[in-house]
This record gives sequence, structure tokens and C-alpha cells, in this order.
Amino acid sequence: MTLDFSRQLHYFWALLPEIVLCSWAMVVLVAGVSGSHAPGRVPDDNGDPTFDGGASLGWLSLAGVLLVALFNGWLYSVHEVDQTGMIAVDGFRLFANWIFLGAAALTILISFSYVRRQRLQAGEFYALILLATSGMMFMAAARDLMVIFLGLEVMSIAVYALTGFNRRDRKSAEAGLKYFLLGAFSTGFFLYGIALTYGATGSTNIALIGAAVAGGGASDGLLTVGVALLLIGFAFKVSAVPFHMWTPDVYEGAPGPVTAFMSAAVKAAAFVAFMRVFLVGFDGVYEAWYPVMWWLAAITMVAANLIALVQSNVKRMLAYSSIAHAGYLLVALTAANQTAAAGLLFYLLVYTVMNMGAFAVVLSVSHQSEERLQIEDYAGFGWAQPLLGVFLTVFLLSLAGFPGTGGFMGKIFLLQGAADSQLWALSIILVLTTVASYWYYLRVAWFMWMKDAGTPGHHDQVEAPFALRVALFASVAIILYLGVFPSGVLSFAQASVAGLGSVGGSLLGVGP
Amino acid sequence: MFLTLSMLAVQGGVEADQVAGSFEPFFPALVVLLPLLGFVLNGLLALSHAKRSAAAVRAGGELQLDGPGGRPSTHTLPTWIGPGVMLGAFAITVVNFVRMLGAHLEHPVVISYWHWISTSTFTVDAALQLDQLSMIMMMIITGVGFLIHVFSVGYMKDDTGYPRYFAYLNLFVFFMLVLVMGASYPLMFVGWEGVGLCSYLLIGYWFSDREKADAGKKAFIVNRIGDVGFLIAMFLLFATFGTLDFLDIFAGAEDALVYGGGAVTAIALFFLVGAAGKSAQIPLYIWLPDAMAGPTPVSALIHAATMVTAGVYLVARSSVIFALSPVGSAAVAGVGVLTALFAATIALTQNDIKKVLAYSTVSQLGYMFLGVGVGAYAAGVFHLMTRAFFKALLFLGSGAVIHSMHEALHHTHSHADAQDMRNMGGLKKYLPITWITMWIATLAIAGIWPFAGFFSKDEIIWQTAAFGGAANAPYPFLYTIYWILALAAAMLTAFYMTRLMVMTFHGSNRTGEEERKYLHKAPAVMWIPLAVLAVLSIFGGWINVPEAIRTSFLGLGGALPMSEWLHHWLEPLTAQAHHIQEVHLGELAHSAPVGGGEVAWAVASTLAALAVVIATVVLVGGREVETADKDAAPTGFGKVLYNKWYVDEAYDAVVVRPLGKASRFSWRVIDQGIIDGMVNAVGYLARGFGWFGSLFQTGSVNTYAFVLSLGVLFTLASFLF
Repeated sequence: MTLDFSRQLHYFWALLPEIVLCSWAMVVLVAGVSGSHAPGRVPDDNGDPTFDGGASLGWLSLAGVLLVALFNGWLYSVHEVDQTGMIAVDGFRLFANWIFLGAAALTILISFSYVRRQRLQAGEFYALILLATSGMMFMAAARDLMVIFLGLEVMSIAVYALTGFNRRDRKSAEAGLKYFLLGAFSTGFFLYGIALTYGATGSTNIALIGAAVAGGGASDGLLTVGVALLLIGFAFKVSAVPFHMWTPDVYEGAPGPVTAFMSAAVKAAAFVAFMRVFLVGFDGVYEAWYPVMWWLAAITMVAANLIALVQSNVKRMLAYSSIAHAGYLLVALTAANQTAAAGLLFYLLVYTVMNMGAFAVVLSVSHQSEERLQIEDYAGFGWAQPLLGVFLTVFLLSLAGFPGTGGFMGKIFLLQGAADSQLWALSIILVLTTVASYWYYLRVAWFMWMKDAGTPGHHDQVEAPFALRVALFASVAIILYLGVFPSGVLSFAQASVAGLGSVGGSLLGVGP
Repeated sequence: MFLTLSMLAVQGGVEADQVAGSFEPFFPALVVLLPLLGFVLNGLLALSHAKRSAAAVRAGGELQLDGPGGRPSTHTLPTWIGPGVMLGAFAITVVNFVRMLGAHLEHPVVISYWHWISTSTFTVDAALQLDQLSMIMMMIITGVGFLIHVFSVGYMKDDTGYPRYFAYLNLFVFFMLVLVMGASYPLMFVGWEGVGLCSYLLIGYWFSDREKADAGKKAFIVNRIGDVGFLIAMFLLFATFGTLDFLDIFAGAEDALVYGGGAVTAIALFFLVGAAGKSAQIPLYIWLPDAMAGPTPVSALIHAATMVTAGVYLVARSSVIFALSPVGSAAVAGVGVLTALFAATIALTQNDIKKVLAYSTVSQLGYMFLGVGVGAYAAGVFHLMTRAFFKALLFLGSGAVIHSMHEALHHTHSHADAQDMRNMGGLKKYLPITWITMWIATLAIAGIWPFAGFFSKDEIIWQTAAFGGAANAPYPFLYTIYWILALAAAMLTAFYMTRLMVMTFHGSNRTGEEERKYLHKAPAVMWIPLAVLAVLSIFGGWINVPEAIRTSFLGLGGALPMSEWLHHWLEPLTAQAHHIQEVHLGELAHSAPVGGGEVAWAVASTLAALAVVIATVVLVGGREVETADKDAAPTGFGKVLYNKWYVDEAYDAVVVRPLGKASRFSWRVIDQGIIDGMVNAVGYLARGFGWFGSLFQTGSVNTYAFVLSLGVLFTLASFLF
């Protein structure tokens, strides 16, 4: 099928996965307040209405995700006439969609027992996850700054709500408000950046902006400030240092599954849009933004890894770890070439899976609530719960970039991209900080396997229901598969970025 | 054992097969996969065992190993699986080795299984490389590894973590084989990281012990520093060649790299950092003595026979690169010889039997570095091989001693240190086989003719002299110093090893009346590996006797069958490096810096070493050693300890007083003070910065918005100005 965007109806086909996903979210929402899922009439001890835990709603949402995945696959048979529509139908978008859908599916799978134990409103919870996912998909699909902004807001507002979703928990509410305030602050910069870019180039379409910038038809001063503000807006969303201040608090306060979702999927969405805007739209002014990106990547890697060294709360450690990974991904953006772009997609996929996996085990250890998050609580965990222990060890090794895991291959491909643009100093910073990161990842493993639990039976109550085990098995399988046979997925990623307009790499920077 | 025997056996058949030609690998992947299978099976058993013992603890009490039902299945199965997979891997290696012997392989055989990494500009296959060097390493790893697995069956039998132990050990062997069989630097790095991880796990094996867990951490951190060097060298190689496969790099090295140029020197020096970390050389050696906290067979396998030689393997494998960099090679040799001497001086005064062996290991690794640093790659690998035999033997022997001591002390509930040689003495009566085999190893390591170490160590020292005397040698004076230091370190080796033997096995027994009854000799699973290694320690050196020595009376007038066999065996791989050397340095010297030929110096050094051994037996054996806690009466244990520090006053006064002081200085001040201090300082600095960073994490949105705004201003400013 061929899409011609001069006919408005064809946008319907181009956006079919997003449309199905939004509709499905509504279905889940309605199902959540009706029938057997409606809040019980008899309030429990706290005066809250009772809930049945919403397992069936979870499976319903998962079915929706799978359905959307089908439509996403169908889009591969669709071609667009030219590359200037508001919505892109290219491999880049579809590959990114796989990541978001995978992240959503994993999030739903690991949420089951958390939702039940924390007695959250299952219908709204799952609907918000689906809506946030649709926002991400809009961001990946957008070839227009306005659509990116819309997607960004759909995603962000859903995630603000999810962050503060556990309203019985003060930390959750506080995190939600903080995230919202700071998020609104940064959205201002982002929107202003769009306005200035429009002023400079006369368009909000990324392809047209790219043409104007490359052709020298853009007004210099306006464009520079526009690029800078957009960069700041994205840097906030990917939590690059020094725009990361919200991250540790929000990740720590948000409900566990939401933290997992945020640290993986939200970051992935921001990076995907970041990459399209900067590599397609602002490719012509690479010299202007790449030194800033260089420093952003370097500072993010160094600061996040150093701060992570002193964390004793595992959730917080993973928060800083996610900032550090944003730093690694920024290296790919700085390199701005084909290999780096493919490496970024590959890394996002691996990072999503391994990070979700790690959070899934953390949730089990913390009894599906917000306790037992100190590193000391992991003492003896490996021997008490061997399966979960082995899984968490694999995820931690992968996060650290140990050979044989997907994390290692991801770093190799990022480094390869950096090498292609001859960013040697940045590569060495990446390697050094990675080596430092071994320390805090393996410290958890060390506690798990090399310390005795304080009291016998300390880990007997660990809760890992069926759905969570499914997520864990899938994640471990993907991580190990990508570590040993990465070529297939990498070729796929390379094919996916091939259609990404002008992926420059025209400049071979050697650091500012 | 098989190594020597099969070579003797095959020697006759070589001519017949010469026509047959091509080398057909025999399931080489199985060599790698069998230990991995062992790891998986033992790992599953370990996990199920952990569940069971957790249940037992909850029911009140420990999991009884000697209960009426015998050992649980989680303990009997690893006994067969652990050594079993090693035997299988060894058998397959032997088949391949024999085939390669008959084939006269000119070019390495690379067997590629799948594209592991493939991007447009960079491809790495999951491929194994079979050639003369990897084959020798495989023989050592699987052969010596098998013996150590068997020994472990006896040594670890009362340990509750038995299946876990074998799982780690198998995993280690798997990664070690990947390290030596991988056909590219990235695959080598996989093994490199993997053995590091296993070493960390096994050093901290008895993790309930705080000090031992800390030792594991120390090894981990120091090895990370080495890894950075390895990685950076790899980057530079990739930047230069666009590939990381061994064959492609070496084939293009002479075109892409300028002899003595900056690029090749940087690559060589960064590789040296990596190698020094893994092989415990100055200044990164500090982790190895602490690593002795692990079970003794682990020390034998990882920290003596195999893993620590990975650095030597790296240099030998990259011989072309090092040959192109005279500065890099000189640095390797310099680091090696300094380490050899420095570690030997520390070993002089240690009283813990494993500490002596640990510093001795560091010292011997220094010799290997010296060997590969002076372009004698075959000699370095030769010493690597012979040392794997006698060093594994020494460690396993000390394991048998400690095992026996430990059990005796356990029976009487004594808290004396089972590893302190001052508490031993006269053990030859109780551990006769251990005593004899360890003497063989001692004579081998001391370089006494005709034991294995004589040929390999002498070869290295001689090559140092020959290299320094080459027509256009880069720094002839430097190499003369190296040569003198290497000779001096050889004498120290003879001394401290003999001291170890005398204090442990000779003189009067100091274990105490009660304990003496419980001293037992090693069971068969423990002494048979010792005996096999002892045979190898005697004859292992005969495979590479230099032609000059072979035809002299030292080689029984040419009676030894294999003249420079290992040298010729490795020739296809080292030929390129030797060629580079010959072009740039000219012919090697035929006499030592102060005159004298190869045979003369060989005779002189073995006689001198023998003299030191005899003198030490007389001097140390002639005086009473006091037990570590003999005077531990209320008068003050600390004071006694202090005196024990000078317990060796007899020979201190005669021979080693100045050296003893140097030894204590290097150990206390340089080792414990400066280098440890530096490592700690790096740690504190990083933590301090982290703490500083988290200061801004106040939790107040105002602060966050403020920092965010600052970030915005900085970003805008950097865009606009």
C-alpha cells in the first residue's frame, strides 16, 4: 500500500497503531470502572473502596499491546510517497515502536502483583501506561515539531499521573508534583525552541527545516537559540547532567513499575525524537551543536557514574545508572553517523530490556512495595532465591557491559559509532566510566552472593508471580541472545536508520 | 605428563606424516563447551543445594555432610562432573595436538562459527584460532587444570559449598580457553573479563570471612585498571587497522605501523598496562598476594598456572606489535625484571607458606615478561609452561600441608595459624610424598640442572644477554642491567624456596604433641596429581634444550632427543617478529656482556643456585625455629610477634641482613604504604566527588529549578559565544 499525504484520509492508515492503542486505552479505562472490576461497595479498613487487583485488566491491556504490535508490523508493507508528511512511515519509527511496545508489555507484566498489593486502581493504571505509550509512538512517528510536542505532552502528562499514582504513599505524591513542576518548566524551553526554529526557518516540518538549514536559508541568531532551547528540552527528558536533578527523586518516589517504565521507555522516546530532530533537521549546523552535545555526554557519564558509586538505595542507584546510560547514548548523538544511529537503536532496545528486568527483580525483593530497597537487604538473596538471583546478576552484568551480554554489544556499537566520527576522547571517557560502573553494579551482586542474610528466612516472602516470571525469562533470553548473536538485530537496526533522511556524520569532530 | 610423553611418542611418527600434510581440527569447539557444560550442571546442583541447606537451616541446624545417608547427591555428582568435563576437554585437546604435530601447520587455522559483531566497518566472528601457541596453552589449561580439579576433590571434600566451588572452577576454565582460543582481540577480551570475574568469585569464595571478601574486591579493582589499558590498546589497533582479527592485524602490521613509531609504542604500552594488571606486575601486582585468601587449589590453577599468565600470552600473541616497538619491548622487559627482583626480596622474609609462594609467583611472572620483552617469545612461553608444572605442584603441595595442618589443629581446637611455616617443621615424616615432590619443584624453580626450570629460566636470562649484545641493540646498557638483575633474582629464588622447604619439612616438628597425632598424609586423589606434576617438573624442560647446551655435557652430549623443539614449534608464529628484529637489530650476541658463552653461564648459574640451596639448608636447617605462638604467655603476644619478625637472625646476620632490610622496606613502605595508599586515594577521591554531587540533591524543587536554570544559561552561553 502506498500512502499519499496530500489525501488527509491516508493519515488514518499511517497512524493506525496509535489510533488502535488510544482506543484500547479507553476500553481498558471503561472496563476498569464497570462490571466486576468496579470498586467494591464495602470499604476496607482504611475507608478505601476495595479492588480485585485487576489481573484480568492487565491481560486485557497486554492483548492491546500485542494487537498494536500486529499493526506496527503491517506498516512495514506501507510506503509513503515523499518524505515530507507530518507523519513518517519509515523503519526508524517502526523499530522505535517495537521498543516502546516491548517496554509497555514488560511494564504491564511486572505490574500485576504491585497493583494488587498496593491496591491501585488497575483500570486507570493500565490505561495510563497505554496512553503514555501512544504518546511515545507519536514522538517516534513525528516529522513535525508540533507533532513531537503533542506526543511529548501526551506521554509526559500520563507519566506525571503515573508517578503520583500511589496516592497513599507521600513520596509518590511528592515525586509526581516535582516531576510535573520541573517538567512544565522544561516544556517551556522546548516550546520556545520550536517557536524560534519556526521563526528562523519558516517551517515546523523537520525535513523542510533540514533543507532550509542545509541550504543556508535559515536566520542564524534565531536558529542558534532555537537549537539550544530544543537541546535543553530534550536534555531534560533524557535526564542529562545538569538537567537531571529531578531524576533520582522522581525515580525513587514513583511506584516501582512506573520507575522501570520511565527509566526505559520515556528515555527511549525522548532519544528517538532527539535523534530525528538533530540528525535530520539540524544536520546542517552540526558544528554549532556538537561541542555542546560532546560536553553534555562527557559530564553526564562522569558525574552520574561517580554519584552512583555512593548510593546505598538500590532504586536510587538505578536512577543514577539510568542517567549514566543517557550519557552513553548521547555519545551516539554526538557521533551523528549511520553506525551510531543504528547503535543507538540497538542500545535502546538492550537498555530497555535489561533495565526493566533489573527493576522487576528489585520489585520482588521489595515485596512489591517500597520497602527493602537498601543494598544490605540483598545480602544472601542469591542463595535464597536462586532463580531471581541469577537473573538479577545477568541484568547487572549487562548494565555494566560485561562481555557475552547484550549490554556489552550495545556499548561496542556505540563505541563503533564514536570511532567512525573519530571521537576518541569521548570513547575513552565512555570506557573509563563504564569500568567505574562495574563497581556499583557488582556491589549488588556481591551482596547477593557473598554475604549471608542477617536472619534466616529473610527472603522467604519474596513475591514473583507468574506474569513477572514471564517478563524475567523473556528479558534474560533477549539479553543473552543479543550478547551472543547480535548481528541479526543490528542489521535490522541498520536497515531501519537507512531511511532516516540525511544522517550526516559529515563532520569528523575531534572534541571541542 | 601426556604433553611430554605424547611428544616423545610422536617424534618418531612425524617424518611419516609429513607428506600427509593438512591439519584437521577435531571438534575444537567441544574443548570450550565441555567446561561450560560442567559449569551449567554444577551451577544447577549448587542452586538446588543452596535451597536444601537453607531449608535445613530453617529446620534448625546445618546441612549435615556426614549424616547417616552419606553425602547429598549435590555433593557426589560434582566430583564426577567437575574433573570429568576437564578430562574430556583434555582428551580432545590431545587429539588435536597430535594431529597438529603430524601436520606441520604453516598458517593458523581459524574456525568461524557465526558473525558475532558485524557493522558496516567492523566485523568480528565468533571464531576459534588453532595454532601452535593456542595449542600449547590449551594443553596446559586442560591438562594442569584437570589435575587441579582432581586434587580439589580431596581438598574441598568437607566444604559445604562443594558444588558451587566446582561450578566456578569450570566456568573459569571455560573463560580461560576462550581467552587463548579466540581468534581476535575482542574474543580474547571476553575471556580476559571472564577469568577476572571468576577469580573475583573464587578469591572471595569463603565470603563469610570479611578479610577474604575484601581481597576479592582488591583483585577486582586492580584488574579493572588493567582492563582499561587493554581496551584502549584495542581502540588504537582498530583505529589503525579497521579490524581486530589477529591474522589481519599481523599481516598488515609492517605496512601500517612504523618501526618504533608513536602509534605502535602507544599500543604496546597500553597492552603492557593490561598485561601487568592481569599478570601481577609492578605496579599492579598488589592484588596477587592478597588473592591467596582463596582455596589453595584455586591459587594453584588461577593464580599460578593459568590466569596470571594471560599477560604473557597477550605479549607473545602480539609479538609482531612488540617487535615493532623497541620502547614497548624494553618496558615489558624492564617491568618484568624489576618485578622478578622486587617480589623475590619480599618473599625472603615471609612466614606464611602461601605468601612466599605468592611473591614467588609474581617474581616468576616477571621472568616471563623479561623473556617476551627481549624478543624471546618461545622462551617466555617455555617458562610459562614449565612454571605451570612446578608452580602448580608447589601450590598443591602447600595445599596438602595446609590441609593436614588444618585438620590436626582442628582436632585439638588450637587456634594456631595452619599456614605459618613457623608452626610446621619436620613434616617430611608425616607427608613423605608431598615432601619429595615439593623438593623436586623447588629444585626446578631454583634452576638446578636437569630440572625443568633450569632450561626455561636459563634460556630467558641468556636471551636477555644476547638481545642486549645485538649489533644494533637499542639500549645495550639497559639490557646488561636487566641481565644482572635477572641473575640476582635467580639466586634469591633458590634461597627463599629452600628456606620454605627447610622450615616446613625439616628440623624438629613444632606442631605440638597433641596435634602431631592427627597429621595425616595426603589421600590418593591429592598425591597422585602431585606425583604427575613432579614428573613433569623433572622432564618438562627437556623439550626445548638450546642446541648449544644440548650438544655440551649439560645435554648429555646430545642424548636429549628434542633440540629446541618448542622454539621450532612456535616458529611459524614468531617468525615475523624475529624477522623484524633481525632487520632492525642485526644478529644477536653470542656471548654475555662480561664474556662467556651460553654453556659457561648455564653451568655457572646452576652451580651458584646449587650452592645457595646447600648453604641455605645448612644455615637455616642448623638453627631452631620457634613457633609463632610459643611465648604467647601473658608477657605480651605483640612483643613476641615483633621478635618473630627478626626470627631469622642467624642467617640474617650472615647472608641477608641488608637484603632483609630491603625486603621489609619494599613490602612495608612501597607495597603497603605508597601503592596501597594510592589505590585507596583513588577510591576516596571518587567517593568524595560522588558525595559532593549528591549534596545538591536536596529534595527541594527550588534548588532543582535553580540548577536547571544554571544549566540552561551555560548551554545558551556555550552556543552563543
